[in-house]
Amino acid sequence: MNVIVCVKQVPGTNEVKMNKETNTIIREGVEAIINPFDTYAVEEGARIKEETGGKATVLSMGIPSVAELLKETISVGMDEAVLLSDRAFAGSDSLATSYALSMGIKKIGDCDLIICGKQAMDGDTAQVGPGLAEKLGIPHTTYVRKIEEIKDGYIRCQRMTEDGYEVIEMPLPAVITVVKEINEPRLPSLKGKMKAKKTEVTVWTADDIGADKALCGLSGSPTQVVKTFVPEHNVDSEMIVGTPEEQARNLARKLLSMQFAIQVQEDE
Amino acid sequence: MAGIRILKDKCVGCKLCVGACPFGAIVMIDKKAEITDACTLCGACVSACKFNAIDFERGAVANAVDVSKYSGIWVFAEQKDGEPESIAYELLGVGRELADARNTALSAVIIGSNLDDACRKLITKGADKVYSVDDASLEKFNDESYSGIFSQLIYKNKPEIVLLGATTYGRSLAPRVASRINTGLTADCTKLEIDPTDGKLLQTRPAFGGNLMATIVCPNHRPQMATVRHKVMKEMEADESRVGEIIRPEVNIPRDLVVKVKDVVKTITEMVPLTEADIIVSGGRGMGDPKNFALISELAEVLGGAVGASRATVDAGWIEYSHQVGQTGQTVGPQVYFACGISGAIQHLAGMSSSDTIIAINKNPDAPIFKVANFGIVGDVMEVLPLLIKEFKSALK
Ligand SMILES: Cc1cc2nc3c(=O)[nH]c(=O)nc-3n(C[C@H](O)[C@H](O)[C@H](O)COP(=O)(O)OP(=O)(O)OC[C@H]3O[C@@H](n4cnc5c(N)ncnc54)[C@H](O)[C@@H]3O)c2cc1C
Ligand SMILES: Nc1ncnc2c1ncn2[C@@H]1O[C@H](COP(=O)(O)O)[C@@H](O)[C@H]1O
Repeated sequence: MNVIVCVKQVPGTNEVKMNKETNTIIREGVEAIINPFDTYAVEEGARIKEETGGKATVLSMGIPSVAELLKETISVGMDEAVLLSDRAFAGSDSLATSYALSMGIKKIGDCDLIICGKQAMDGDTAQVGPGLAEKLGIPHTTYVRKIEEIKDGYIRCQRMTEDGYEVIEMPLPAVITVVKEINEPRLPSLKGKMKAKKTEVTVWTADDIGADKALCGLSGSPTQVVKTFVPEHNVDSEMIVGTPEEQARNLARKLLSMQFAIQVQEDE
Repeated sequence: MAGIRILKDKCVGCKLCVGACPFGAIVMIDKKAEITDACTLCGACVSACKFNAIDFERGAVANAVDVSKYSGIWVFAEQKDGEPESIAYELLGVGRELADARNTALSAVIIGSNLDDACRKLITKGADKVYSVDDASLEKFNDESYSGIFSQLIYKNKPEIVLLGATTYGRSLAPRVASRINTGLTADCTKLEIDPTDGKLLQTRPAFGGNLMATIVCPNHRPQMATVRHKVMKEMEADESRVGEIIRPEVNIPRDLVVKVKDVVKTITEMVPLTEADIIVSGGRGMGDPKNFALISELAEVLGGAVGASRATVDAGWIEYSHQVGQTGQTVGPQVYFACGISGAIQHLAGMSSSDTIIAINKNPDAPIFKVANFGIVGDVMEVLPLLIKEFKSALK
């Protein structure tokens, strides 16, 4: 079974700090990482390929330096890496990204399952997976927490919902987006690292994948960012002091005296 | 031709743009800003520059439509067993404001089975019209049938704005439909307004785990689509005297579906699911031990709330992932959020900082959680929680 895993490069937000005076993000020392959700997608792709045979390809759209990150995924089970990189892709929103990735997937060809992360950590949109499925004209399931069965032309998987899960069946090819619960990503093996070193990442431009440039990047993006700003966290903070007994009593009183649901329930 | 460039004669080398770039794509060369290949053309630097030294040409866009042909505000009313979910009412709440600002009608679209009661309720909660697609085959949410029906309705009726909940279903349905229609979609909005100058929808949402807010528009495509976070918009009071029109539109209901929902399993047995809860009691690694989580459950139960958790406790296997709050878990916005033994890492804050009142109990007075807390107690959770439970028990008896 051939799988394609879509991964995105994001800034490692662990280190993101805000400069309160200038209202901007302090960038120093922020390294680029693979979107954390996508590491679960990579692991799931590797497992499916190992169990069913076939090929696992990692695909990304991004700047040239993303190639280095893609090599890392070779060391944890991917066979080939494809990077879509072209100035024409700059400024893509989720619609233009879905389009470009769909063209890349068509060019790779012969694919049974496409796996995306649930969402990317920078934009948190969760839109590319379903948007991509639509552009390819194939079904999708989001928030997959388990693949129960996958065989020729068919997948049965569990989608996480707010209060449990659903069991969904779809024909292949299809797109799934995965949540963290689905697996535990492996660490790179020594052999994997050697393989990664030797692997050449295939880089394709918009022309290479036959993409209509008007549908890529800024011109293919209906949404525009008009303003960015740092949210204000002006909280009235009150520290409740005293012995633990006093603290507990004071806090309970304060909460009960406010117009909260706690009160409403008291009346019921 | 689209592109961005620094106007070297206007650039004073102040570096404001360097800090404003979320992608680290601006560097200083010879005391002037320079844009590198890492640029994604997001435009954040343009508004940061006080000297108009950044020229940003967007160029033409593909698939633009005649926006004057579109009117009316639509909300997608998610339902379960024929009962609208609370997110539907929240969307009507904000939709009402937008419709009044645009001087147009507010419609709810509901897809399901046995919807007569639901239609009535949607009207009392602010809808002027309800498009009801009622069919036994549509009882359960299905991406294939729902997206097919919703797209048909949009094509035919041309609403100018379409809002959906940023729920599991909404975040699956909305991008599928937007991709089919080739229009823009803004995810997870926390604020929606009409621009008084041109009537466009201003969609504001958090990005980078809540570190940055972005306001997004969709100027040349319609409908302007957005998903909206749960528990952010206020519902209207139900008004039984409101009148509205219930429309049963003619649509082609997809019958031979290839996507099949085989089973719906409920694993969260508590009374209140996390995202619906008005009160959430969350525990972190500071609880010390999975056994001690019983205190968290007990306080939640006394208050009629739900149980949350930090990722550290989920990773340690103390509690199921479905309880995790934060960037890689659930986003919540209850009236009261108790953070017990949680340090307040940025990824945790991303999922709960919009709560109305935050209470932190932590033994370390320097824990970052106190920066966002309305009430803080420096103390040992093992000591404070039992006392707090006692206080509430006697007060709420
Ligand atoms: C990509 C990424 C995504 C992430 N996503 C999430 C997410 O979705 N949600 C999330 O929560 N985290 C997330 N994290 C992890 C996050 O960075 C923190 O590691 C995590 O939130 C810490 O959990 P904690 O506060 O329970 O534990 P700790 O950081 O270990 O804090 C424990 C706290 O308990 C206090 N304490 C200890 N003993 C007691 C006591 N007896 N009484 C009172 N207080 C006590 C300590 O002072 C400390 O402040 C993510 C991290 C990454 C890199
Ligand atoms: N530029 C990209 N290249 C490859 N995959 C992407 C890209 N953007 C998004 N994705 C995939 O789509 C998922 C959802 O991203 P998003 O819709 O941006 O939250 C990610 O987890 C990736 O799997």
